[in-house]
Amino acid sequence: MAAASLQSVPQPQPGRDTEVLSEADAAGQAYFDRIIAEDSRIEPRDWMPVAYRKTLVRQVSQHAHSEIIGMQPEANWITRAPSLKRKAILMAKVQDEAGHGLYLYSAAETLGTSRDTMTQQLLEGKAKYSSIFNYPARTWADMGAIGWLVDGAAIANQVPLCRASFGPYGRAMVRICKEESFHQRQGFEILLELSHGTPAQRQMAQDAVDRFYAPALMMFGPPDEDSPNSKQSMAWNIKRFSNDELRQRFVGMIAEQVKVLGLTLPDPDLRYDEETGTWIHMDLNWDEFKAVIAGNGPCNAQRMARRREAHENGAWVREAAKAYAEKQAAKHVTIGAA
Amino acid sequence: MSEQTNIWPLWEVFVRSSRGLSHVHAGSLHAPDAAMALRNARDLYTRRNEGVSIWVVPSDAISSSDPDSKGAYFESPQGKDYRHATYYTKSEGVKHL
Ligand SMILES: [Fe+2]
Ligand SMILES: [Fe+2]
Repeated sequence: MAAASLQSVPQPQPGRDTEVLSEADAAGQAYFDRIIAEDSRIEPRDWMPVAYRKTLVRQVSQHAHSEIIGMQPEANWITRAPSLKRKAILMAKVQDEAGHGLYLYSAAETLGTSRDTMTQQLLEGKAKYSSIFNYPARTWADMGAIGWLVDGAAIANQVPLCRASFGPYGRAMVRICKEESFHQRQGFEILLELSHGTPAQRQMAQDAVDRFYAPALMMFGPPDEDSPNSKQSMAWNIKRFSNDELRQRFVGMIAEQVKVLGLTLPDPDLRYDEETGTWIHMDLNWDEFKAVIAGNGPCNAQRMARRREAHENGAWVREAAKAYAEKQAAKHVTIGAA
Repeated sequence: MSEQTNIWPLWEVFVRSSRGLSHVHAGSLHAPDAAMALRNARDLYTRRNEGVSIWVVPSDAISSSDPDSKGAYFESPQGKDYRHATYYTKSEGVKHL
């Protein structure tokens, strides 16, 4: 039995899934199937199908990119927060989102794709991130609507991911979900204060909810019949519920919460269907969704430009820290030799 | 891309959540040296009082058992129930034993 380095990730052999499996791969597949059937967890150095690894790298890195890009709409409001308390809260939230991105990049790296590769894919526009962050945050009330609806939808999506079959992903999600509940509550509180404020503040709150409602519902992804990969993800225990199932569950929660706010949801079709036990909502504009994903949303170009700029402006810091580390290491070697 | 060759090494982070408990693996991060790894670990993994002490270890300094030999490597305790207190049933009912 050989001791192995923690980082020596077994690399997939091309064509492994389509050609006849070698004896070792057949044993690996059998072991993998058993772990999935037992609803246990796959760990980074376990054998896994090429497609499983690929799906996870894509999903987890997209998720990480979303957290990082997602800092922008709110970061824009830090200097304009209406009080010191709200400024401190918003900074803590944006810092959390950076942390979420880093937890997820770490999880994705255990699959053998380097952090730099993922960053590069994002900067070159080859990687996707959640469409919601390509909508502008126009008013302070948007900080409320984003926290309540966007973080709320993210939580509804992420809680089942805590049980994702890939261990590092599930563990990252547990940490993230713990932190997200504060995000949603602070957003709800912003809206609550505005809705009980002056008529103009109340109108601003309603306007923010009106603009973020449909994009937030689209965060769960296309309808089940247009989501061909969902089935495989569910078979692999990565995904636990379908897009539509999660969406209607979320709608049910906010339909109640909006009453406490004294606001309304901009959805004439919204109702609970006793027969099926599900929430019915209006049809969503999936052409808009596709256009935003394809790069044509209101803020795609701005978000990407800002991300590239931040990366380039940070280059000297990365280089200086590395040079300092090398200098210190060299010093230690000299002292050790003397 | 010059940065591809410039990546900071990976560190594994272990956090002691309170006095009297062991350090537990929390996750990993990239940093140029140990001092920066510790600072980054503090900011990343202890934003809500999750720890009173942190260890950082270069990932490539950790050796691990081979996942492919899990059966053979870990099977020795099997069939050795007598290593557990529950194996000894005759003393049932005897107090403080
Ligand atoms: Fe987040
Ligand atoms: Fe959040």
